[in-house]
Amino acid sequence: MSVPELTCKELVEVVTDYLEGSMPAEQRLLFEEHLAFCDWCQSYLQQMRETIRLTGTLREDDLTPEARDGLLGVFRDWRRR
Amino acid sequence: MASPARHRDRHVLLAAMRITQAKSAPTGPVDQRRPLLGYAIRIASLIVRSQFIIARASARHVVRAGSGVIVFLQSRLREWSLGTPGGTVLSVSELELLGALRRGDEQAFITLVHTHGASMLQLARVYVRDRAVAEEVVQEAWLGVLRGLERFEGRSSLRTWLLRIVANLARTRAVREARSIPFSALAGAELEAEGPSVPPERFRGPQDRWAGHWATPPEPWNRPEHELLSAETRAQIVVAIDALPEKQRQVITLRDVEGCSAAEVCNVLELSETNQRVLLHRARTKVRQALDDYLTTSEHQEGL
Repeated sequence: MSVPELTCKELVEVVTDYLEGSMPAEQRLLFEEHLAFCDWCQSYLQQMRETIRLTGTLREDDLTPEARDGLLGVFRDWRRR
Repeated sequence: MASPARHRDRHVLLAAMRITQAKSAPTGPVDQRRPLLGYAIRIASLIVRSQFIIARASARHVVRAGSGVIVFLQSRLREWSLGTPGGTVLSVSELELLGALRRGDEQAFITLVHTHGASMLQLARVYVRDRAVAEEVVQEAWLGVLRGLERFEGRSSLRTWLLRIVANLARTRAVREARSIPFSALAGAELEAEGPSVPPERFRGPQDRWAGHWATPPEPWNRPEHELLSAETRAQIVVAIDALPEKQRQVITLRDVEGCSAAEVCNVLELSETNQRVLLHRARTKVRQALDDYLTTSEHQEGL
């Protein structure tokens, strides 16, 4: 009898499903079981999390003052009508 | 002898009660009995006014009656928002903001721009890369928002509504500038099978006892935080995202740069849940690979 198993090669394909929480419970169990024994895949998952975190630092928080003024102009024109 | 203020308070509470009672036993299919946004805005403003009344009421029975009314109103509001298709919820503060905006309140507009302006610009730039053009698109979008205020029924969240307006305008603009092939064709092509996430030679072959396990395992990055967050590292991410196929770039920008939820992205980019996830997976995988290339080579250089 063969125990169902997830290989490293398969794991990297479903990493996003795992992170998104869109995995069926059974597959999730296999995934976490594999992780528990595989330092390499732990590294891979960790890098994926780092990638997401670092990508999140690219967010530009602000509009330029000119753009802001432009928008205020749009608003005032609209209100006048 | 009731003072004029007391009199007004009573009037507000009575109005609130009438509204809750009038709408408390709706019949017919959900979609038909779903009241319009104006109704929700009225409820929201009544909640706030009732709260004021309670805050300054001294008589215990007013407080008790008032609290009852608020609970009532809140449940009405919840019911209203749950009755909207997609189950999205406009918060009370958003409803008030929209109400103020309709009245032409400039501060409400500034607040909205402050909250959503940057995301809207980022989304526009996903379609039209030129910043000046993207800013024009955003201006046009705000005009669309103001003109569409009366028609907005709160079927989707406020942010989704704003982003969808931007996406529609930016898409049209991108096509006009001939920088983009028709949208549907793109998504289709990008969803076709791509190569594996990690080059197959990094795994052990089928004859191996450990077939499918790492042959060249990933090296942990182990870099100090300041190096990971350095301008150079972040520039690598920007380059990697820019190099992605259009749809993947859109999805990762909205999800990971802007922090939108999966549901929001599906709604704004008109993607199914599965397709959104596939595109996100491919985009993240490539960005991870780019970071890995950069972080592991520069480590070698340092070692020299």
